[in-house]
Amino acid sequence: MAERTIAWPKFGQAQILGKDTPRVYDGAKKALGLAKYAADMNTPGTLFARLLTSPHAHAIIKSLNVEPAKQVPGVKAVHVFRGVDTEVRWEGELIVAVAAERPEQAEDGLRAIAIEYEVLPHWVDDFDLAGAEAAKITDKGEPLKLTKSQGNQKKGDVEAALQEAKYVHKGTYGSAVITHMCLEPHGSHCEWKGDQLISHLSTQNVSGTAGQFAGPLGIEEAAVSINCEFIGGGFGSKFAADEWGIACAQMAKETGRPVRLMLDRGTELKVAGNRPSSLAEVTVACDADGKITAWDSNHWGTNGTGGGTVSLTVTPYVYDPPNRRRTATGIVTHTGPQRAWRAPNHPQACAYTQTAIDDLAAVAGIDSLSFVRKNLDITGRPAVYAAQLDIAAKLMDWQAKWHPRGKGQNGSVKTGLGLALHTWGGAAHAATCLVKVHPDGTVETFLGSQDIGTGIRTSIGVVAAETFGIPMTSVRVHIGSNKYPKAGPSGGSTTIGGVSGPVRRASQEALWQVLDKVAAKHSVDFATLAVKDSKVWSGDKEVCTWKQACSLLGPMGIEVRGEGPKDDGLTSAQVGGVQMAEVEVDTETGIVRMKKMVAIQDIGLVVNRLTAKSQVLGSLIMGIAYALSEERIMDPKTGRFINADLENYKLPRIGDVGELVVEFYEPESEYSRGVIGIGEPPVISPGAAISNAVANAIGVRVPILPLTPKRVLDAMKGA
Amino acid sequence: MSQDPNARSGPGFNRRDFIKGSGAAIAATAAVTAAQEAIAQDAPAKISTAGPHKVTLQVNGKTHELMLEPRVVLLDALRNDLNLTSCKEVCDRSACGACTVLIDGKPIYACTRLAIECQGQKIETTESLANGDGVDVVIDKFVEHDGMQCGFCTPGFAMAVRGFCNMHPKASKEDCRKGLGGNICRCGTYDGVLNAAYEAAQKGGA
Repeated sequence: MAERTIAWPKFGQAQILGKDTPRVYDGAKKALGLAKYAADMNTPGTLFARLLTSPHAHAIIKSLNVEPAKQVPGVKAVHVFRGVDTEVRWEGELIVAVAAERPEQAEDGLRAIAIEYEVLPHWVDDFDLAGAEAAKITDKGEPLKLTKSQGNQKKGDVEAALQEAKYVHKGTYGSAVITHMCLEPHGSHCEWKGDQLISHLSTQNVSGTAGQFAGPLGIEEAAVSINCEFIGGGFGSKFAADEWGIACAQMAKETGRPVRLMLDRGTELKVAGNRPSSLAEVTVACDADGKITAWDSNHWGTNGTGGGTVSLTVTPYVYDPPNRRRTATGIVTHTGPQRAWRAPNHPQACAYTQTAIDDLAAVAGIDSLSFVRKNLDITGRPAVYAAQLDIAAKLMDWQAKWHPRGKGQNGSVKTGLGLALHTWGGAAHAATCLVKVHPDGTVETFLGSQDIGTGIRTSIGVVAAETFGIPMTSVRVHIGSNKYPKAGPSGGSTTIGGVSGPVRRASQEALWQVLDKVAAKHSVDFATLAVKDSKVWSGDKEVCTWKQACSLLGPMGIEVRGEGPKDDGLTSAQVGGVQMAEVEVDTETGIVRMKKMVAIQDIGLVVNRLTAKSQVLGSLIMGIAYALSEERIMDPKTGRFINADLENYKLPRIGDVGELVVEFYEPESEYSRGVIGIGEPPVISPGAAISNAVANAIGVRVPILPLTPKRVLDAMKGA
Repeated sequence: MSQDPNARSGPGFNRRDFIKGSGAAIAATAAVTAAQEAIAQDAPAKISTAGPHKVTLQVNGKTHELMLEPRVVLLDALRNDLNLTSCKEVCDRSACGACTVLIDGKPIYACTRLAIECQGQKIETTESLANGDGVDVVIDKFVEHDGMQCGFCTPGFAMAVRGFCNMHPKASKEDCRKGLGGNICRCGTYDGVLNAAYEAAQKGGA
């Protein structure tokens, strides 16, 4: 029944919302390779760009001659990013781009460039704090201090609490720098039509990047068209036009030809973002009952030349004991700068917090699950976590499988269990949706948003189809252009709330306008009207078809805008999640194999169950990657990122992830909270959960993620 | 000061340089790039120049004549000359499978196969899985099981699955886990891909 109230369907009454909806608009297109990414843009006359980058971590360019490159057959443009006397501060920093008729000719052009460097001392070690403090490094000729305090905060009386505690545990925990490893590298295809720049940009920020081109190019923002129908991975690293995007546009302008400039794989990993490292010295204490009373930590790590590390504010993670001291120091390294990496700061903080707490549980002789349950009162969502732990324990068969740390099977292959908790916001970002209802009953939605792989295009269609009571095929969803109404960038798990609110509001308003016409035409009470299966019903009586109803709108149809976020209950924020891991460790080789992971995720109202579940599954797999295999390896001698490729930067493959079990925690109390983004939260817990499972299996803690065979064997030798 | 061209990152030491540096003798390059087959043993030692050649490729049932230098890899010929962009450039060195195509029915990484080597062979790209009105069952299963997120690895993965199903109809899930290890997905779609592959395999080869 039509009510003039903005709201979601009542619990249990939705037709499409919350069901499994495949990617009806673009699934086959993607799978067939017909979806066109920035990297695939191939308009006639397109030139291909390649990059000359610094082989040195720290150097000054002493001479540079690009003239020979201009003579190379096929080369049409040469763009210098950094000229003579420029100081380069990490390996991979861009120096010259060459655009040519064919990519191999562009590479010929690069080879023709003559360049000389004065190599300067560098620092790339992110864990050697004492070394960083003692290192003699200059920047622009001045001595450079490599360590930067990131703060020191205190709450309660830590010393007294440690004195009084029954059990005190001290340990060191950490995680290495990892990269985003977007399979489509950063880059764009740029083309000019008169004074208009048309950029196909691989971006998480369709509505927010035009100005980043316009400013440096000296053109009006209105002259920039940003297009991104598909993006091959971003994970937080693709919000900017970037200097290579500007260069692409400039070379296109200079040559009068379209130019495609995508970073090569090695450069992508070196310059286009990474997740900061951290190494934490932790002291954590509890009373005789296992209640955590004190936390004291000092952590350090790097985020590149910025001299930052994991934020203090999420330390300790999830648990907030009454007495707490936290200190952090960032180390400046000659490495590429950090960018937001899916759930910034949380996975690292979770890893050093919840491993230390699990070790404290072992010291106290309390099983991991009971210890967590005893301390839920110092978390932000105790009731939710408690319910989720019960569900997870059942799905993992925790009781039956549990054994005290290191007390499992005899033999060389040991199994173990571990768990961790996480939290995230996921509030809606700002967005406006334009909905058009055509006289033939078809609907179009327009949002300057982007689908970073979450299936947002399908989710928009779900909300519109649900609201109008028509099939998904009667809705056309338009995203990926900055010429559509503005929508926020896809970061922070803000998109699903950001778009579903405005789509629902605009669609409800448009529906009411249609039903007003039907009520007047057929002399029925508006309040009795509803649309279901493309028919307008008054109670259980069919009034007309949806198409007939829309024909009453006249030849122009209607357009309605919906905005967000609003305080009308369609969206909210804050979720908790629980994950449990079961691993098998070969104590002879140090190889950890995933047996099973269980993820229970608080989500609010589910828009599309199938794609929401994919987000959690993907998070688990990405978590397994940083828990077990992936890390950036810097060579201290040369300052180079020595595994900047897909052979030696190890990611799990299809047979490496074990059994994955995902469930949403969604009683009516959660549904009524409205839509909340969950793209990030499930990627937080795997590191700690898997590390705890490995400790449970082998009886000792492997302190640093990823838990490579070498680190596992080293930890066992020290045991 | 250093002026060592080999010390460059970016275009320094990579596959294309290696191919170029190793000369344009087809037999020589075939020997290093086509380790999976023994065709080099039978091929006559034809010597050709490094300049563009007429290269005839049979792709998705059509014949294309292209002018390509011998160093051009199949990946670039498909993507840049034929606009068949299902074949994605990701790792550029036979590690990730995003450029998987079928050559004479077998899954091959197009990034490390020279276009000139592929003359006379039957090349199928993922676009060929759209047949007339419908699509191959592999595509249907990828969509049904949401075996994709960003979608960048997906066409290569789908082609690997097609080739795998052709060679291993009725494969078990464990077979799929072992047989599809040549493709990398960063978004973490392996669960959906595994279900898609298993169900497609039950339908047999194409």
